[in-house]
Amino acid sequence: MSSIMAAKVRQKRIAQLIARGKRLDGREPNDCREVQIESGLIERAEGSARVRLGRTEVMVGVKIEAGEPFPDTPNEGVLTVNAELVPLASPTFEPGPPDENSIELARVVDRGIRESKAIVTEDLVVEPGKKVFIVFVDVYVLNHDGNLIDASALAALAALMNTKMFNYEVKEGEIKIKPGYKPLPMRNYPIAITFAKIGDKLIVDPWLEEEQVMDARLTMAVEKDGKICAMQKGGYGYFTAQQIFEASKIAQQKAEELRKLVVKE
Amino acid sequence: MSQKKTEKLIDENDVRIDGRKLDEMRPVKIEVGILSNADGSAYIEQGKNRILAAVYGPREIHPKHQALPDRAALRCRYHMAPFSVQERKSPAPSRREMELSKVIREALEPSIFTEYYPRTAIDLFIEVLQADGGTRCAGITVAALALADAGIPMRDLVSSCAAGKVEGRLVLDLNDFEDKGGEADMPIAYMPNLNAITLLQMDGMLTGEEFEQVLNMGLEGCKQISQLQKETLKSKYVVAKEAETEGEEETETEAEK
Amino acid sequence: MPIFCERRQVVTPGDLLAENDYINGENTYRENGKIYATRVGLCDHDDKRIYVVALKAFYVPMVGDTILGKVLEVTLGGWLVDIRAPYLAMLRASDALERPVRPQKDDLPSLFDVGDMMIAKIVAYDRTRDPLLTVLERGLGKITRGQIIEITPTKIPRVIGKKGSMITTIKDLTGCQIMIGQNGRIVISGKSPEDEQLAIMAIRKIEEEAHKTGLTDRITELLKKEKGEKPKKEEVENVSKEN
Repeated sequence: MSSIMAAKVRQKRIAQLIARGKRLDGREPNDCREVQIESGLIERAEGSARVRLGRTEVMVGVKIEAGEPFPDTPNEGVLTVNAELVPLASPTFEPGPPDENSIELARVVDRGIRESKAIVTEDLVVEPGKKVFIVFVDVYVLNHDGNLIDASALAALAALMNTKMFNYEVKEGEIKIKPGYKPLPMRNYPIAITFAKIGDKLIVDPWLEEEQVMDARLTMAVEKDGKICAMQKGGYGYFTAQQIFEASKIAQQKAEELRKLVVKE
Repeated sequence: MSQKKTEKLIDENDVRIDGRKLDEMRPVKIEVGILSNADGSAYIEQGKNRILAAVYGPREIHPKHQALPDRAALRCRYHMAPFSVQERKSPAPSRREMELSKVIREALEPSIFTEYYPRTAIDLFIEVLQADGGTRCAGITVAALALADAGIPMRDLVSSCAAGKVEGRLVLDLNDFEDKGGEADMPIAYMPNLNAITLLQMDGMLTGEEFEQVLNMGLEGCKQISQLQKETLKSKYVVAKEAETEGEEETETEAEK
Repeated sequence: MPIFCERRQVVTPGDLLAENDYINGENTYRENGKIYATRVGLCDHDDKRIYVVALKAFYVPMVGDTILGKVLEVTLGGWLVDIRAPYLAMLRASDALERPVRPQKDDLPSLFDVGDMMIAKIVAYDRTRDPLLTVLERGLGKITRGQIIEITPTKIPRVIGKKGSMITTIKDLTGCQIMIGQNGRIVISGKSPEDEQLAIMAIRKIEEEAHKTGLTDRITELLKKEKGEKPKKEEVENVSKEN
């Protein structure tokens, strides 16, 4: 009924506060919103998780099915990430095939997982070159209140860690399911951290109104040893090299904090 | 539709595969007002079903040519998440989802005072996060709550439930196994206060007599669901006794509309 | 004259409230001689009318209402304004300028640009067309400062209070200027952000507890307490034994 675009008066206020190093919701520039993670909500899926980052809510389901490997990686299983910006999540989302935003979201989440080699895809081979397991990661945005990338990446990681694969044996070229499960083999845990640039300040985890004021955003995915495994700049503005280096240090630190919420020792 | 396994869906004591009696519904849990962007929202867990409904509107309608001059256009989208079913489903809408979108819309439309808001749209979205039979019924139940949560005026709350026949017995609220392996499945939607049936479909075969019994069983199920819907809406406002009598000056209400 | 609801009982859409002999008031409808609720709310009645005070309802425009709107688009002849209602409202240039509009010379965005908030009045609205606004009366116009909050429109009467008692209390105790739109938007402008926050907190509390009694007193107490604490912190030097 009312447009989600914040009034100018409010946008000005947000920008003014940020210029002074403060945020409208009281957070420090490097603070994330409160995070809630719940795993295993969808029993039908092999793995699932729901993340609430402030009021942004994303659900991820993981399904595993048998299929053919990519021709250039015959000895590896396949990872495929899809994102749906379903209309109920925001008055700005319309039903229909994925638009550039949902495709970018899916690909950025994918990049972090793929480049960090988070899933041991070599262990997902049934018959080299012919039959492997395909890991479908479906990102479902349920409420958009800013920073869908970080929420989705976190939910994807939690869902993958929650994923159980059925035991199986191969008889006469067919996969026969045996009783019992084992966890999806994983060796890395990438976390995405997104910055918004407002004026010349960088803030972490922008919420919806801050995103409307920002002129650019920068996402960095950091893996368990602190290496950066994916990056994505978005928006029509720009960053200086200095800003990017500073951001990378903050990203490494924040990623470590968030990772502890998902990866229990 | 025949079972390959020798395992039955209902045993000799009329106990069903999930332990229920023939006329017993699955456990239901409902929440209202859980999404901050939507004008109204609700969530239901019924057995293994997990379904979310959200409403935007009444609002400006796009594309404009869909506008109706004398009432709001109710638009409904029933959609299943890829991970909601046993074998991953493609996110693109299937023919089944399109049919269900239509019958769900037609189940709810009679209850809404669309004539109050000409030239607008009321957009209803139902997302099935996990499916286990009877999703259109749970979807209607939770959609009605989302509409109420959005403050959209209605004649009644539509409640919905399915009944059918499995292994010769008449049962209430079929789960996925029963739906696929049984003889008949009949989803029903009902406005209890007006005694009006707004959705009726049937897959399978029933004699005239069986049909009557199944319908009545289904209506009983709808009445139970209706109770739950009302309780859920009311429980947000624990007020009745507290606000009685004293403080007459507080009860001044503007005489609008 | 049978009535089926107690005073201030929570009812849901479709609940039977009364039979015959009553006039159905707001948020109810009549069918076959029976009166039912159309929204979730508190049922109430007097001798003649039975009605429901809706706990949650969106704003429907009424001619004469003062509302707070947000400009969505600048068009050739005026502005499209979001008034948080099912319909977008229109502010024509002729209802914003005191003199005739000169299309070549007048720069509409300089009056109101996309994203600007305004206080306006609804001058026309019916079933066949979208609401029309004006800003040509006293007290209307662009909002340039302050914080804007949104509450559910059904609670606006509570925020105003009987004969304005509640809103006056809040204004006095926080020192803020407050303008209330019937469409559930309120702009608060104070001497400091803290004062504004105080007023916002009071209004949010009213929104939560609108259905309870004794609210004016509780709000007054709350504001006095919050306001009272602050001088103590600042005047550390002067040992103040207030209150």
